[in-house]
Amino acid sequence: MDAFLIQLLTGLAGASSLFLVAAGLTVIFGVTRVVNFSHGSLFMLGAYIAWSVLTRLPREPGWHVAGVLMAALATAGIGALLEIGLLRRIYRAPELLQLLATFGVVLMVQDLALLIWGPDDLPLPRPPWLRGFVRIAEQQFPLYDLILIAIAPLVLGALWLGFTRTRWGTLVRAATQDRDMLAALGVDQRLLFTSVFALGAGLAGLGGALALPDGSANLQMDMSVITDAFVVVVVGGMGSLPGAYLAALLIALLQAFGIVLLPKATLVLMFVVMAAVLAVRPHGLLGRAQVPTRGEAHAYALIRPATPVLRALGAAVLALALVAPLLVGSFWLSVLTEALVAMLFAASLHAMMGPGGMISFGHAAWFGIGAYAAALAARGLSVPMPVGLLLGPLLAGLVALAFGWFVVRLSGIYLAMLTLAFAQIVWAVVFQSETTGGDNGVLGVWPDAWAHDPRIFYLLALALCVGGTLALRRVLFSPFGYALRAARDAPERAGAIGLFPTRLRMAAFCLAGTAAGLAGAVGAYSKGSVFPSTISIGRSVDALLMVLLGGVQTMAGPVVGALAYTGLYDVLIRATDLWRLVLGAAIVALVLAFPQGIAGAMQHVAGDDVT
Amino acid sequence: MRLTRRALLAGSATLAAPAIARAQSEPIRIGEINSYTAVPAFTLPYRQGWQLAVEQVNAAGGVLGRKLEVISRDDAGRPQDAVRIAGELVGEQKVDLLAGGFLSNVGLAISDFALQNKRLYVASEPLTDALVWEKGHRYCFRLRPSTYMQAAMLVGDAAKLKAKRWVSVAPNYEYGTSTVKWFKQLLAQQRPDVAFVAEQLPALGRIDAGATVAALEAAKPEAILNVTFGPDLTNFVRQGNTRGLFEGRSVVSVLTGEPEYLDPLGDETPTGWVVTGYPVDSVTDPDNTAFIAAYKAKFNETPKMGSVVGYALISSIVAGLLKAGGAATEALCDALPGVSFNTPFGRAMWRGIDHQSTLGTYVGRTALKGGHGTMVDWRYVNGADALPSDDVVHRLRPA
Repeated sequence: MDAFLIQLLTGLAGASSLFLVAAGLTVIFGVTRVVNFSHGSLFMLGAYIAWSVLTRLPREPGWHVAGVLMAALATAGIGALLEIGLLRRIYRAPELLQLLATFGVVLMVQDLALLIWGPDDLPLPRPPWLRGFVRIAEQQFPLYDLILIAIAPLVLGALWLGFTRTRWGTLVRAATQDRDMLAALGVDQRLLFTSVFALGAGLAGLGGALALPDGSANLQMDMSVITDAFVVVVVGGMGSLPGAYLAALLIALLQAFGIVLLPKATLVLMFVVMAAVLAVRPHGLLGRAQVPTRGEAHAYALIRPATPVLRALGAAVLALALVAPLLVGSFWLSVLTEALVAMLFAASLHAMMGPGGMISFGHAAWFGIGAYAAALAARGLSVPMPVGLLLGPLLAGLVALAFGWFVVRLSGIYLAMLTLAFAQIVWAVVFQSETTGGDNGVLGVWPDAWAHDPRIFYLLALALCVGGTLALRRVLFSPFGYALRAARDAPERAGAIGLFPTRLRMAAFCLAGTAAGLAGAVGAYSKGSVFPSTISIGRSVDALLMVLLGGVQTMAGPVVGALAYTGLYDVLIRATDLWRLVLGAAIVALVLAFPQGIAGAMQHVAGDDVT
Repeated sequence: MRLTRRALLAGSATLAAPAIARAQSEPIRIGEINSYTAVPAFTLPYRQGWQLAVEQVNAAGGVLGRKLEVISRDDAGRPQDAVRIAGELVGEQKVDLLAGGFLSNVGLAISDFALQNKRLYVASEPLTDALVWEKGHRYCFRLRPSTYMQAAMLVGDAAKLKAKRWVSVAPNYEYGTSTVKWFKQLLAQQRPDVAFVAEQLPALGRIDAGATVAALEAAKPEAILNVTFGPDLTNFVRQGNTRGLFEGRSVVSVLTGEPEYLDPLGDETPTGWVVTGYPVDSVTDPDNTAFIAAYKAKFNETPKMGSVVGYALISSIVAGLLKAGGAATEALCDALPGVSFNTPFGRAMWRGIDHQSTLGTYVGRTALKGGHGTMVDWRYVNGADALPSDDVVHRLRPA
């Protein structure tokens, strides 16, 4: 019973921390619809700034509170600058482009924080009052945890008052519902959005500053926080603050009790909770169905067959790719092979994301299943390579079929987060299973003797990846492709003319999974090994970046995006220690220059766009 | 460049010179790969360590009359990237051998590449036992004491404790689970009366320290095995201190005495933990003090464990080059087994049986000195004394 009470209180303190992490994200999304990937970076900056401030102040409680508030204010200022300098310029761009832009910011902040604060963890020395404890159930319970338990409801209450009882809050809620009407009434939305973004950033900074006494400011904080924040926000219902608190409570309490019973579950518990909640409540605990806000609805450009110029260009590039083995050495062939794999991977995501209208945050799952199927078949069953290359896409497609049933019923960000949850569950299974070699992966997956020559394997990869990409393209121009886009743009009308939107989405989902599985299988043989990191969130983000960089609503987008991203990455990582800073800045610059993606911008120049 | 007669002459001279002479003048190139952006707290001191060693080697005239050159790359913590970079270093930069690695899976990926392409790979930091045992092969050598060795070094002191009820806390990946497995196994051999009554496996970098400490406390242990490090360790120690988890309990802790992980604990360093590490502020032997002085002079900070590994990496390779009389891969792979080399911790050697080096580490107890964590009552444990018998190694290493 005593242990129960302690775990309960610990869970409550954990819930407060989670809520503080997530509150800013849900505020920003609820109003601006920006999926702010840099939320974790703002949290990390809050912790670092708090460290810099607090280590210079007297260590009495009053000064500590002042220092924490200063850190939160400073982070809010950074958030405001971010909104004015970057996000404001791309509100009208295709959805999720903000995600790409904020990811560029994540990369830049990682290097900037390293430059400013150095590589060492920065712990905040705790004065005695922060080390205090109270005796509960004959055990010591940290005083600071009790303070945390109280802070979250206070913040929740203050935010609720701000949004419901002030003029600013009324305007913000109006902007959430109908931006154009609000603008017509003479309200300066730009100021409103800047203030909301600053508030969200300030909350992230507050979370970082409040987490500091329990540990240190360190360079891994951003990534460890961002998934937690997204999960809490989605489980609670995007944009719902009480929902976020409820979700934080649910997750933290399950965590506190769960790790006693199932210590191994730490990797995956949160994502299992999210999958379970989304299966029962497709919009989270307290979320409501997303009504498309006026003024942001997009009329998608019609997809037309490529122009003769584009065809000629594509054929020329393909011809060049075919003779590449005669021109370059084995290293560049391996780089090109990697680019080909990335191309098919991006094209497969594009098929479900662009024409299918289903965004995936967990596309690496299919890539990874394909890679592991091929690798395990090669190592465990000693099958020849062609069989492995067949098994990869087959298994990925089958799993996609099973899982798609849950996914296609959802939409928007919830669908994306369910795919993320699934990818994380697959990752955890692979990571902890003996058969898959755990995080030491599967080694020795090299091509058969006949394809051992890098030139032969390159041509094989070229045939499979270009073939796969062209096949996807063919499918999207078939009647099925048209039906799929109809189901995306107007599900009711599509239903009225006898189409089955759910089945169409299901088919697109399986197709994308199969194609990604093929990319994974080719990738496995080209690298000679497979590791759980092929299923990691980072790999899924890579796919998203490639598609968004190229342009979601163009057919050439994923190809251009994959080549641009892998090219940039490969060049920069070898050229400079500060590759994250440069790559992040390049992404931000590309987003600002080409909001429609690179291929979208090329189309625009060619005068080929409809909107 | 303007084409002058002198440049033309120089060019034709280079062309005319026999190939052997060209090889003589060209530097020996080491292709080095590590997780510089993913794990900067350990890898940046490590980089300074090898930079210092390379500078010293070249100031003394290089190796076999040739300069030593390290071409260093960041793997971003991704094994797939490491494989591509290894290909670039070998194929484009024409390096003579590969070295580096921090994460175990990155090390295994490079090792597999090395086996496939018949290139030498000297792994500096990856701790997984698989690198030299289960997946060991002719072309892969590993410098740091492995997870098995870390556990074996601590088990002697652990067996002397009265405690019978143990719990463990380790990061939820191979390093954590494997260290706990070896520790349990080795401790049970000496102390059959010991029982592990609970375990915690927080996700790396994301420990829920309060819940973890409460779960361990609920098991009412007499002793604790800790394998967490870095930010997780700081969070765990703070919650543990406040909640009184460590009071009246023995703690055995892997890597905690290494300055990169001990320094952040500051004045909250728990005292009396049995740890492996590097007592950089109190070692007195000449090898160590000379290294520390040179390192301080160059970088204006005290070395960390990573610095020692980086420095020893270069000297272990140089020893092999000298014995092989060149940088040809097969000759080097023949030369390395049995060769001994200088490290800041004294002489060490490459074992022939499994290609593990005998570089050891220090075992001692944590203490507080002037508001900082430090190690006391320490002793150096030679790596050779922390490895299993040859029979066992033969069984573990199929290659």
